[in-house]
Amino acid sequence: MIKVKNLCKSFDGNQVLKDVSVSFEQGKTNLIIGRSGSGKTVLLKCILGLYEADSGEIWYNDTNFISISNKERKAMRKEIGMVFQGGALFDSISVEENVRFPLDMFTKMNSKEKQERVAFCLDHVNIAQKAFKLNPSEISGGMQKRVAIARAIALNPSYLFCDEPNSGLDPETSTVIDQLLQDLTREFKMTTIINTHDMNSVIEIGESVLFISKGEKEWEGTKKEILNSNNQKLNDFIFANKLYAKMKNE
Amino acid sequence: MGFLFHVGRFFAMLGKVFGKPEKHRMYLKQLFYEIENLGVNSVGIVVMISIFIGGIMTIQFAYALMNPLYPSYLVGLAARDTLLLEFSSTMIALIMAGKIGSNITSEIGSMRVTEQIDSLEIMGINSAGYLILPKIIAVVFIFPFLYIISVFFGILGGLVTGPITGTVTLPEFVDGLKTLFVPYYVTFSIIKSLVFGFLVAAVPAYFGYYVQGGALDVGKASTKAVVNTNILILFFDLILTRLLLT
Repeated sequence: MIKVKNLCKSFDGNQVLKDVSVSFEQGKTNLIIGRSGSGKTVLLKCILGLYEADSGEIWYNDTNFISISNKERKAMRKEIGMVFQGGALFDSISVEENVRFPLDMFTKMNSKEKQERVAFCLDHVNIAQKAFKLNPSEISGGMQKRVAIARAIALNPSYLFCDEPNSGLDPETSTVIDQLLQDLTREFKMTTIINTHDMNSVIEIGESVLFISKGEKEWEGTKKEILNSNNQKLNDFIFANKLYAKMKNE
Repeated sequence: MGFLFHVGRFFAMLGKVFGKPEKHRMYLKQLFYEIENLGVNSVGIVVMISIFIGGIMTIQFAYALMNPLYPSYLVGLAARDTLLLEFSSTMIALIMAGKIGSNITSEIGSMRVTEQIDSLEIMGINSAGYLILPKIIAVVFIFPFLYIISVFFGILGGLVTGPITGTVTLPEFVDGLKTLFVPYYVTFSIIKSLVFGFLVAAVPAYFGYYVQGGALDVGKASTKAVVNTNILILFFDLILTRLLLT
């Protein structure tokens, strides 16, 4: 479980996160939604420690991530997997080497064990064996995202973060990625946090949803509650898409 | 203020670069890759430039020293000392700042803007150490070799061009090469090569590591990196010459 308490963050006097408090539960797909520029990515990067928060607390189970030393933070990062918006695969090495990279860096596995783990992770995200030796630039955007997920779960993390995993993907591939993330979350009992503004993802896998507007927590609930909420800002965000307005009326 | 900010951040980056590696074997693997990528792949251009410059210098010295009062061995001597003292260390470093420096900035800069560096950080890897340290060691290691290769092929260029163009005979040129040779010039230039090697790797790495924005900004950072590296090479050339030669 991850708990965020009274988190504030500003850049050059511009306050991007204002006193955000939220809990992300283990074994569930926790979604952060909001308009572009609402502070979703900043919140995610603060939780990950890529940005230092101005004030507040971030708890990974019983550990306050903000108050621990850099060495302890580094050790904790091995428990964290991250899928970036663009995949962020290392483009000078193959798909297989990308997934093996964290294993090479942090485990004492022998070559055979690493090979088996790589095959296991890539198989879980439905990457065919013939793609193992290809470079990231030689595979499609959807496959790149799946390889990024495989790399993120290679060390069997307790926490999985995804920043807009569906951006730039067609609706069918987006659904595959969403389903994959939910299945992996349940199978490995991870605490998964997904940043998105894709309403399809919310309806598909939004077991817990946090809506952020202008850096403030505006609403929190589940995918079942979201269509019946009375929060005006949330409704403006969701029903900008007429399809969901129609769903609400039905 | 901006200058001091960059100096401070550069040394802060170096602090991270020389931090303890997570896994020595991975850094070593990266080091061998960089020696080939940045060093061995630069040998061809160094050989080519050195042969031509050696030949051109020989012809120019021959014309400049046409006065019968000057001994004929001066052409070989002047070509040798120019190569030993300045061309093969400083000029090759300036050329390598363009080739290797822009390569380092664009590679690390691209990794920054595509979040690959963030990805390393989230894995708990010291990204500055893993990406920059092998490059610095590789370039510092390879630069003295590039210097020796450049001197050898520069002299070879002179040896071939002088007699072919009829500006100086082979015995006269060889005689010049052997006259008043100061071995310390080689030591001095190798010391310069080591310093220049560090600058050619570390300064462009700094510009790449802290780039912000997109592809256009990576290009701008590459240009800035090459310009600043060149200025620093000339500045340190002046300092080292004053300290070690006069």
